[in-house]
Order: sequence, then structure tokens, then C-alpha cells
Amino acid sequence: MGTQTIKPETPTWPDARGRFGEFGGRFAPETLMAPIEELEAAYCHARKDPEFQAELARLLKDFAGRPTPLFPAERLTARLGGARIYLKREDLLHTGAHKINNCLGQGLLAKRMGKTRIVAETGAGQHGVATATVAALLGLECVVYMGEEDMARQAPNVFRMRLLGTRVVSVSSGTKTLKDAINEGMRDWVTNVHNTHYLMGSVLGPHPYPMMVRDFHRVIGQEARRQILESAGKLPDLLCACVGGGSNSIGLFYDFISDAGVKMLGVEAGGRGPKLGDHAARFSGGHPGVLHGSYTYVLQTDDGLISNTHSVSAGLDYPAVGPEHAELHRQGRVEYTHVSDKEALDAASLLARVEGIIPALESAHALAEVIKRAPSMLREKIIVVNLSGRGDKDLGIFQSAGIL
Amino acid sequence: MASTVTNRIESRFRELRENSRKGLVVYLTAGDPDLDATEGLLQALDRAGVDVIELGVPFSDPLADGPVIQRASERALRSGTTLRKILERVPAWRQTVQAPIILFSYFNPILQFGLERFAASAAQAGIDGALVVDLTPEEADDYVQRMRAHRLDTVFLASPTSTDARLEKAAQLSSGFLYLISRTGVTGERSEIAAGVKPLAERARRFTSLPIAVGFGISTAAQVREVQAHADAAVVGSAVVHAIEEYYSTGGPAAIEQFVSGLKAAAGGKPV
Repeated sequence: MGTQTIKPETPTWPDARGRFGEFGGRFAPETLMAPIEELEAAYCHARKDPEFQAELARLLKDFAGRPTPLFPAERLTARLGGARIYLKREDLLHTGAHKINNCLGQGLLAKRMGKTRIVAETGAGQHGVATATVAALLGLECVVYMGEEDMARQAPNVFRMRLLGTRVVSVSSGTKTLKDAINEGMRDWVTNVHNTHYLMGSVLGPHPYPMMVRDFHRVIGQEARRQILESAGKLPDLLCACVGGGSNSIGLFYDFISDAGVKMLGVEAGGRGPKLGDHAARFSGGHPGVLHGSYTYVLQTDDGLISNTHSVSAGLDYPAVGPEHAELHRQGRVEYTHVSDKEALDAASLLARVEGIIPALESAHALAEVIKRAPSMLREKIIVVNLSGRGDKDLGIFQSAGIL
Repeated sequence: MASTVTNRIESRFRELRENSRKGLVVYLTAGDPDLDATEGLLQALDRAGVDVIELGVPFSDPLADGPVIQRASERALRSGTTLRKILERVPAWRQTVQAPIILFSYFNPILQFGLERFAASAAQAGIDGALVVDLTPEEADDYVQRMRAHRLDTVFLASPTSTDARLEKAAQLSSGFLYLISRTGVTGERSEIAAGVKPLAERARRFTSLPIAVGFGISTAAQVREVQAHADAAVVGSAVVHAIEEYYSTGGPAAIEQFVSGLKAAAGGKPV
């Protein structure tokens, strides 16, 4: 065990301007700047307040169901015949995905700031459901913006949000997906800024969102680190997670960043091919630009117009990536790759059959890459995959893909 | 050459002040419905006596804009309008249009064009300045320096939510004029002018001697007059874009000229 169990320092970024290296920052309409500054001050205070942290910890445990298990996927491991695979079971959380970690944190913060209304965007609907759930729990009014196309392909989540008392607003502008839902959410926020908190669902947006959302998901990696040391007696060799905005992946990665022996792999949506518009692999097809408040990798045209994206997974179908990932990519600390729609669908089917777990199609992207890599790794190596969400919401997509 | 022309915005506001008049700033989206139309529309605004023209650069994700300007952006993008194509056309438009023109854009198209290349090309083309709606003062140092080096004005926004510290920073980095947002929310026509305009304008005066323009939600001649009681100019955007959407296809630039002349009469017609 020795030195591996001594926790090295995790990075202290972002800086005061919200920069992770050169990425991040704060690009927003002026009307939002004072509320963003107010949010930053409130969060920095809450972050150090034991009472806030205790309340959040209580809700994460008693309401959301933390800690989540770290499950050794023995049949999958045997099937692939290489490294030992562990699944971090964020899919077992209340509402079915990691998103609730952040929603509880921001919900408590909104209440503390005296806000009575929450707006949010959602792609797959997982963040929308988690937001709607927390709003109900805390007695806050809630409006969720969702692209028309996403509402059709993730209908069960729309019904769940409505049942929870949230108003779901269909967004029919632009690409009718997550990017346009964020535009609409921002427009709502800029209009109702006096009583409204924008509950950003990923490590995106102007500072302090990327930092704050990461902090709320950090618990994933903290638990995984403790659990793998307990069960395997050593740190993992590889961490793997899907990357849409990048919240579940940064949550898993963050507490391992200084562990030089732990490799990290972020998996983006390769969609149906490498042509611009057919995928959401920002690190292979994008370049640095500004979208939704942050300087980061963006899929865009030469003229700086934001590109359309495609993924079978609504949660990964977004043209930008969290700025902290952009810096981790620049440093080479995390490797980013992508898998296709088909590979993700196949990975989900395999996991369902050999482990009895139906993963969300987002998480299935991470699994698909692990399925490629595990066989060539030695049997004593350990892979931890973040199973960020469950796949019930995707049954319709499996059906139309001809898998059912 | 642009560099030999004294600053058009400054001279325009000086003239207004000397005549004890208030100004009218009008927004339109370049390339709505296409760039050929924009030439005629700019001439129409100029004939109507508009004091500053804000020429919008269409963007795929105009999150500070309401539905009217979003639709204009979509029409302009459909006709293939880009920042590069706009800058290529400006020199020809400058031959006939006297009013100062500032580009109104989101940051990413400018960033991808290149800040230095943008400032140089805009100055060369005869543009007078720019307003970048999602570029906040804290991220703007490099941009402001390059714009200054090419003698271009940089207009920043202040909002009713802006703290005094933010208002001061926006005023410091602005040249030409300071743009006050009349109310929280996106661009778009409103039936009433917010009560917050007066206190915001009073706060702004403490930090700057620049002319002050007030916009967002101003759509009628009466509202133009109301705003001008507290500011040096009123900005009308969505109402003009709406008029273009409704009347351009049947009435051409003349219809828009007529509409804007009505606003201008309210604005500059009587000494205030």
C-alpha cells in the first residue's frame, strides 16, 4: 500500500478569474454578471460552511442514497479476459443518475440565496428530472427547458418531471437539442434574475459553474478512491467515463488527478461518423472558442458559428465541453477518445446480458471503450468505469435501433 | 481612408448636443434577409436620419436576444451571411452611408476571425466601433487594446443589475457611448418602459461623461421620447427588425425608412 494511500494534493484551479489554464472564464450578457458574482460569493461562503456541508451530506446519504457501490463486474471481466473491471454505480442514485449530486448542492445554495424559482436545461432529461426532484424536495418553483427533439426521444423523463410538479418547456429553436435548451434557459434567467437561480447541469457555463458543479460531483471520485483501496488494496490503473459537458467524468477524475499512476480516459460521442454535424467529439473535431459563458473546445464552423451535433445519446449531444477538460486535454493528463452510436448500443446490450445492469446510453459510451481496451490489459490491472446513469429512459432508442 | 476621418460617433453626438437634440440608434441584422437587402436598408436608415447604426452579425446561438432578432439571425444565416462577408461589403456601403456604423456581435465569430484581424479589417472597411454582447469588461482587455490601436470605438453594456463597480468598469472601457439596458431580459419590444431607466442613467452619469444610449424594449415614438428624458439617445432594435420582417418583402427599404423616420421625428424633431 505505502505511498499510494497518501493523498497527493489535488489541483487548486480555477484561478480567481475562473480559468483552468487558459480555458474557462466568464462570458455572459451584462445583466447576468451581478447575479453570477452573487452566486460565486454565496458558493464560496457555503463551501466553507460546515452547516451547509453537513446538510448536503445528509441529503446525499438519506435522500439520494450515497455512497453508491463500487461493483466488481466479474462476468464482464471474465468475458473480456483482461483487466478487472469495477463499476461505480451512480445509476443507483435516486432519479437514476449522478446528476442529483449537483442538483442537491445547487438547490440548497439557491434556497440559501433566497431564490424561490429554479430554471434548468436538460438533454437526456436526467438533469431535468434531478432538478425537478430537488425543487419538489425544497419547495422551489421549477421550469426546465428541453429541446423538442430530446423531448421526443426521452419522453419518460418528460413525464417524470411533470409528475414532480415541474413545467417542461419545449424548445424548437436551432437544433432543438441541449444547446438550444441552454440558450432558452439563459434567456429565462436574464429575464427573471431577481428571484431565479439557473441550475446548470454540467461543468459548463461562466465561472463559478464549472468549479461548483465539479465540487458537487467530487464525491464520486472520493468514494471510488476509498472503495477501491478497501476492496483491491491499490489504486486503479485506469478510470473511464463518458464526457458530454463532462460532469460525471470530472467528478470521478478529480481526486485522482495527482495520482500519476492512474490513467484517465474520457469518452465522447462519435455519433455516426467524423463529419462535422455527425458527432459530438469536441477534442477530435472542435477547436477553442466561446459558447455559453466559457472559453473551451467547441464544434464550430470556420466562421465561429456553433455546429450541429449528433449522438444517439441526448446527454452527450452538445457542441462544447467543460473548460477543465479542455485544460486536462492540453496537459495530456486525460486521454479523450470517442465511440460510435453503434458501439455504445452494443456495449449497453452486453452489460445488460452479462451483469444484469441496463446502463444509460451516455454511460454505455465509456463501457464501449473499456470493452475495446480491457482485453489487451493484464489481469492484475484495474479499471473503474463510471456507470453514470441507468438506461430505462433509453428503451425507446433500443427499440428503434432494432435491439429489442 | 477610415483613419483620416475624425471619429464619426463622437462628432455625431457633439452635433446633437450643440443643437440640443437627442439621438436615435437603430439596430438591424446584417444579411436579413440577405446582404444585398442590407445595403438598401442602411441607406434607408441613413436617409431617415439615424444617428448610429448597430449592424448585427448573425450568430447561431444568440442567447441575449428575444424571438424577433433570433428569427432575423436565422434568416441571415440561411442566406449565408458571415462576419467575413459583412466586412467585405462594408466599404461599398460606406460610399453612400454617412451615419456611424458599429458592429453588434457575439464574441465567438470575432474570436475565430482573430481579434487583430477583426480590428484591422473593420477599421479598414469603415466601421466605427463594436459592441460585443457577451464580452464582459473583465475578459475584454486584449480586445479593447486592439480596437483602440485601430481607432475603433468599444461600446459596453450596463444593466439595472450592474453594481456600481461594474458600471464604472463598463464606463471606463467604453468609448463613443455607453449603452444602458433599460430592463432585465432579452431584446424585444415591450409595452412599457421600465422605471429603472432613470436611476440607472443617474448612476451612470457619476462614472462617465460619455453620451448615454438606452435600449432593450423600446419600440414606439412615445417610448423613444420617454427614454430620451434620461439619456442622450434611444436604441430601437427589435421593432425595426420586426418591421423588416413584416414589410420589407412588400414595401422594400422605403417602408422601413418611413417607420424609422417616425421614430426619428420623436427623437430629434424637437429640442429637448
